[in-house]
Amino acid sequence: MNVIAKPAALDVAAIRAQFPILSQTVRGKPLVFLDSAASAQKPRAVIDAMRIAMETQYANVHRGLHWMSERTTEAYEAARDAVAALMNAGDRSEIVLTRNVTESLNLMAHSYGSLLKPGQAVLISGMEHHSNIVPWQMLRDRAGIELRVCPITDAGELDMDAFETLLADGKVGLVSITHMSNVLGTVTPAERIVQVAHAHGAKVLFDGAQAVVHRAIDVQALDCDFYAWTGHKLYGPTGIGVLYGKRDLLERMPPFLGGGDMISSVSYERSTWAAVPHKFEAGTPPILEGIGLKAAIDWVQAIGYDAIAAHERSLVDHALARLSAIEGVHIVGRAQDRGGVVSFSLDRAHAHDVATLLDRQGIAVRAGHHCAEPLMGRFNLDSTARASFGVYTTLGEIDALADGLDRVRTFFK
Amino acid sequence: MSDSFDDLRDLYQEVILDHGRHPRHGTRLAAFDATAKGDNPMCGDRVQVWLAYGPGETIAQAGFEARGCAISVASADLMAETVAGRSKTDARALFAAFREMARTGTCPACEASLSEPLDRLAPLSGVHEYPSRVKCATLPWHALIAALDGADKEASSE
Repeated sequence: MNVIAKPAALDVAAIRAQFPILSQTVRGKPLVFLDSAASAQKPRAVIDAMRIAMETQYANVHRGLHWMSERTTEAYEAARDAVAALMNAGDRSEIVLTRNVTESLNLMAHSYGSLLKPGQAVLISGMEHHSNIVPWQMLRDRAGIELRVCPITDAGELDMDAFETLLADGKVGLVSITHMSNVLGTVTPAERIVQVAHAHGAKVLFDGAQAVVHRAIDVQALDCDFYAWTGHKLYGPTGIGVLYGKRDLLERMPPFLGGGDMISSVSYERSTWAAVPHKFEAGTPPILEGIGLKAAIDWVQAIGYDAIAAHERSLVDHALARLSAIEGVHIVGRAQDRGGVVSFSLDRAHAHDVATLLDRQGIAVRAGHHCAEPLMGRFNLDSTARASFGVYTTLGEIDALADGLDRVRTFFK
Repeated sequence: MSDSFDDLRDLYQEVILDHGRHPRHGTRLAAFDATAKGDNPMCGDRVQVWLAYGPGETIAQAGFEARGCAISVASADLMAETVAGRSKTDARALFAAFREMARTGTCPACEASLSEPLDRLAPLSGVHEYPSRVKCATLPWHALIAALDGADKEASSE
């Protein structure tokens, strides 16, 4: 961001009109959907793109010599171009299309993990989703790779002194870390993480499942080595994820899943692999999901990340102010740099009860450990309720949450 | 009270709020014959149940410790209250009937002999409208059955 220009204000009413689901009622009340961090709703453009593909040009990709297959292959590969442009990747071959972030991270743990040697380490942080913990534990147990965890501060920020200390012995081969916490909303200092890790000889993989929804990602400016994210949180369909990797690294890595589409030639004696990225894309890919993802990316870029980020900042500021003012509400995570996710607890009420009682009022929030049990333990919590925002969220919906929560508080008093 | 909570009461009836907040049996038994834990990995609820047996295959007393929502704590407390003094066979039959009630809201197959204890558990029947919360109500019962079975393994509400 070179100039501080006032971004064009978002026309939220016009945006909401593009989401058919937002006109639904729940339990007789207007839907207040504050669970976008789990999965975002889909605009008409995405729904139509997938429907039209099925109605007019659907066939399998990369194999047919007929018209339908060629059209579908073009449409599917256009998703790769859209992803590459969105992330400012240097080359479209650096974009591997997967099913979700979990698959992207497992691909990394298996494939890049196989290049690590016993005695080397993988460094994660204390605010990771289970999907960025468990694959590395499995690698540790099968290959003798050490797993290190960088602590976080009481505010919910990465402890950068500890981060540097954990890298100091040069044994860390890969840092795999969230770019934005799905629980705390914390945005991690990605540029600094990459600088410090590279200075100590470690590669860096970001879990950008949340971050990519809230801000523009430029992998070349960041100079990160790998970056994973998923379509369904960015207003696209489920079942399509992304792994960006620097080309020379992807080329050194062995395949993850074997099968069709990922080979160059096959005989009973040996097979050879297709070039990147197809080496990592075995089997029929998520074709319709790719087409939907491209529609979602086009839709997001038409709005623009500056406007999205400004809107979310106003939502987060309003939510923190309104929720903090409610007696007995405790907000978990007070990071300076944060995105549109607010976790909280309420005295005398369990998070599940809070979520159910909000649901009775038409308000959808998530409750539980958010697939981040170790992080919950760090703050001595079993669970929290979490409100998360999207481009279609209004200040009025946050007021509804605050008013609803105040009723829950009174109810449990 | 000026504000009405009618819309919140269908699941959270006063008896549930009361037992959830002030459980009568929410302690470990000093002397017990069986114990088992229950764990719902989806939501993090945890419960441990202790049983003291009486003469003739009966449950003399039940106690529990629970970490979870109002529904799970209230259910554990009502369960402990209801099974005390009953035969082990009745406790198992009561679980089957209660599970049916929690899932469907009704208990058409419930034996007449169980109608009195089931009436006491009836305030929990509202969970049937909330599929994700049914397990909160049944988790303590799974732990109870595991204790009766003498199982070493942890009960799960799955």
